[in-house]
Amino acid sequence: MPAHRILAMPFVFAAAIAASSCSEKTPPSAGTSAAPAPSQGGTVRIQGAGASFPAPLYSKWFKSYSGSHENVQVDYQSVGSGSGVKSFIDKTVDFGASDAAMSPEEIQRVDVGVQLLPMTAGSIVLAYNVPGVKELKLSRAAYTGIFLGKVKRWNDPAIAKANPGVKLPDSPINVVVRADSSGTTYVFTKHLSAVSPEFAKNPGNDKMPNWPVGTRSKGNEGVTASLMMTPGSIGYVEYGYAKSQNLPTAILENRSGAFVAATPASGQAALASAQLPDDLIAWASDPEGKDAYPIVTYTWVMLYKKYPDRAKVAAIQDLFRFALGDGQKEAEALGYIPLPQNVVERDLAALQRVASAENVTSR
Amino acid sequence: MDAITSVPGSAPQGPFAGVDLDGLERSLRRPRTLMGVLLSGLVSAMTLLALVPLFSVLFMLAWRGGKKLSLSLFTQLPPAPLEAGGGFGNAIVGTLFMVGIATVISVPVGILSATHLAQAGRESRLAAAVRFAGKVLTGFPSILAGVFAYGAVVLVTGTFSPVAGGVALSILMLPTVMLTAEDAIRAVPARMKEAAIGMGATPTQTTWMVLLPTALPGILTGVMLAVARAAGETAPLIFTALFSNYWILSHGRLNLMQPTASLAVLIYNFAGMPFENQVELAWAAALVLVLLVLAANLAGQGLSRRQITS
Amino acid sequence: MSHETPIARPPSRGQLLADAAFRRLSQLSAALVLAVVAFIVLRIAFAAAPAVREHGLDFLTGRVWDPNKGRYAILPEIWGTLYTSALALVLGTAFGGAVAIFLSEGFLAQATYRVLRASGLALRPGWSKLPDLLEVTLKNLVSLLAAIPSVVYGLWGLFVVIPLVRPACNWLHLKMGWLPLFGTDLSGPGVLPAVIVLAIMILPTITAISTDALLAVPSKLRMAAYGLGATRWETVLGVIVPTASRGIFGGVVLAFGRALGETMALAMLVGNANQISVSLFSPANTLAALLANAFPEAGPRQVGVLMYAALVLLGITLAVNVIGSILLQRASAAVEGAR
Repeated sequence: MPAHRILAMPFVFAAAIAASSCSEKTPPSAGTSAAPAPSQGGTVRIQGAGASFPAPLYSKWFKSYSGSHENVQVDYQSVGSGSGVKSFIDKTVDFGASDAAMSPEEIQRVDVGVQLLPMTAGSIVLAYNVPGVKELKLSRAAYTGIFLGKVKRWNDPAIAKANPGVKLPDSPINVVVRADSSGTTYVFTKHLSAVSPEFAKNPGNDKMPNWPVGTRSKGNEGVTASLMMTPGSIGYVEYGYAKSQNLPTAILENRSGAFVAATPASGQAALASAQLPDDLIAWASDPEGKDAYPIVTYTWVMLYKKYPDRAKVAAIQDLFRFALGDGQKEAEALGYIPLPQNVVERDLAALQRVASAENVTSR
Repeated sequence: MDAITSVPGSAPQGPFAGVDLDGLERSLRRPRTLMGVLLSGLVSAMTLLALVPLFSVLFMLAWRGGKKLSLSLFTQLPPAPLEAGGGFGNAIVGTLFMVGIATVISVPVGILSATHLAQAGRESRLAAAVRFAGKVLTGFPSILAGVFAYGAVVLVTGTFSPVAGGVALSILMLPTVMLTAEDAIRAVPARMKEAAIGMGATPTQTTWMVLLPTALPGILTGVMLAVARAAGETAPLIFTALFSNYWILSHGRLNLMQPTASLAVLIYNFAGMPFENQVELAWAAALVLVLLVLAANLAGQGLSRRQITS
Repeated sequence: MSHETPIARPPSRGQLLADAAFRRLSQLSAALVLAVVAFIVLRIAFAAAPAVREHGLDFLTGRVWDPNKGRYAILPEIWGTLYTSALALVLGTAFGGAVAIFLSEGFLAQATYRVLRASGLALRPGWSKLPDLLEVTLKNLVSLLAAIPSVVYGLWGLFVVIPLVRPACNWLHLKMGWLPLFGTDLSGPGVLPAVIVLAIMILPTITAISTDALLAVPSKLRMAAYGLGATRWETVLGVIVPTASRGIFGGVVLAFGRALGETMALAMLVGNANQISVSLFSPANTLAALLANAFPEAGPRQVGVLMYAALVLLGITLAVNVIGSILLQRASAAVEGAR
């Protein structure tokens, strides 16, 4: 075969695959351009990027929505909350997502204004791998002590006190923490800082704190893998990961002194205790209530207050109305907490206020 | 002339009298022979050992993703969590596209620069500087290539695109292509170059008709190494091309300025999800990627063989 | 022009113009490469400037990375980068060089041929191609190692390498823990798994380029050595490898660069602990892994610090290459001249 035919093969191959995929969709419009012209009657493309924590739920929503709305294509890529915020500020995406909402300085940098909407919520669990221990209760002193490095062995009195009758081995506790900067860590350390003044001082609340103890693994999946492979270990992961790998999770003591396991109900009870102010940013770092699970967080979607494209605004509003309505039903199956009804209503009201610009917004 | 009689035990006659024929035999009792055999064994063992990881990885890919291998992988789009089936046809197209763009950018620039570097004399400061620049670039972390391309292309065009992804990958490919091509061109025996000059060829004609064709296998080695690496890099693509769950070609219209799927980002996304279907697809995608690069390698070898015989 | 144009003739005017144009083009292309690299370095330097002003040189000598308190320092990462890359380079060059010699000497083809001859199949039409086919297959298999994405290498390291080496490492720590090299136990990710996977990742680069270099040595050198009575291995180690050393070194440079900059696989395998330790089993951190872990979530102030770290990494690559060039110049003075 002559040389040029060999070189052309990859492109022919690619074209063949692409051609076999031709759908009945109308040609895509220039959805991301800044031109003030109305969209060219056709496919609307919406692009989002941000936190990895809600990524599975968002992709489920967006695929369902695109499936039932022929002319709308929605994509979401998890790049991390920080990069999501950055892309949102740079206006290279249509919406962002962040576990840590946005700071006031970041909101300032977006000239058209930002509308933050809590979309879903999740709980962070302490998964453990101790052979022979099927149920583990950890008091506040116990779990803060573990992550401060003060409680070093499984049969430490701090742990044994809450678990009468459970045979705890006399072995060292292998703590597993996150290697990478993450919103999950941010929320977990926020809770630990709220509960323990000693933790607040050092290492404190951060996305990538200076943990005094623990082996570091990358990502929720890395922590899960480490937990599964190392006996005598304990670490913090999102609820969905522990559930899918059937890792036992600790029952934690909450502010009222009750021991609560992580379930959708206990998560909702925790969220109910957090009052959402006008900008819809709130933290339930140490929730009150007997049934509340101690470590929960909202995760937010960021929309611009004004979009240049009328068709795009309509599509975005419809998309998130779906997410706040039918979408919430999918949350539980994937390991998230459905939003309380009052939060949904406030979100819908705020969503209504997102408008299309009458004048041009420059990029 | 008398032939050497090979009657064992008898002394050799004629011009070879006095030669100890028994001493000419290959015996393991001699240190030099023993050393040779030991080294051969060592090198063979090390080669086998070096192949073990390859088979281990391929086995892991086949075991965890093999059950997903089917033609639907090429024609279907990525599934949502808890959804069964699905494929990654758009990711395959995206990878081919972006690696193609990266190759089109880095290979001509790399080979042209290598031509200049190979011909430059020892005093040329530009050549020394360019060589150093290339070497500094070899240690460039892939995530920085993505960050740089984000600032240089994505912010300028206002959107994520496969072009930005191709630019990021070309930064990673360039040093390998350039430095390997320079070494390959330098390795062409001087007498071939001198023969061409002696026949009245200009340096350019020497380059095109003698140096490049002779150095082609070496240049292709560099290009294949670069392509293999670029196809598997995730970090640069996350910041430049993002990902997409849709085809790049919709109804005959090709929109190049939109986020595009790629196999590497798909593997990164799906391998970390707590859902069985996704994880299996990630392994299957890794297997497909390895096979695609193997195909590219074979095509490249076919190309260089064509050149030599033509 | 005469009736018969001789093959050897001075270039025509058009050819001279084309020559000048092409020379200029290739010069511009080289200058373009330089400009792009300079541009990249300058951009990173600009982004790093606020962090450089704020932290100065303490950034390079401190050990604490505590974003909450605004204290950043990368000495553990610098140590980790150099330690893991150097170890991986030694391991990768040893194995890569061995495979390159195996391939270039054609041991597999030879062995196959001997087997075929012993079984009488050597001259049959289908079978006679087998030795060369096996050699090509082996070469392609080694190149396949380069095709595996780094994410997959990271996962393979987590699921296969770590469980595999953990028992042996802990035994070594138990028996020989007094040696600083085995001073800690392997609790999961650490230097050794990272080094093993990194060595495997750079092996195809070294092998492919070294094989080409070894094959490019003119056969008259080999014949001359045999004629002087050298054994096969004496020729390989004493004549062929030194002659090919320049090409092999080029491959080593590329491999070292790759090892220094490897991001994804190391982010998953090196343990990401900000500590300095000589122990092979302790977790460490590298500059590239730090970038991979911290960048996605970094706010504007942290980005400056991370760019400073990136600048340091580029500086390390430059320094390593400078040292390598000096070493090569000293060594090659003795070896050049065989051509």
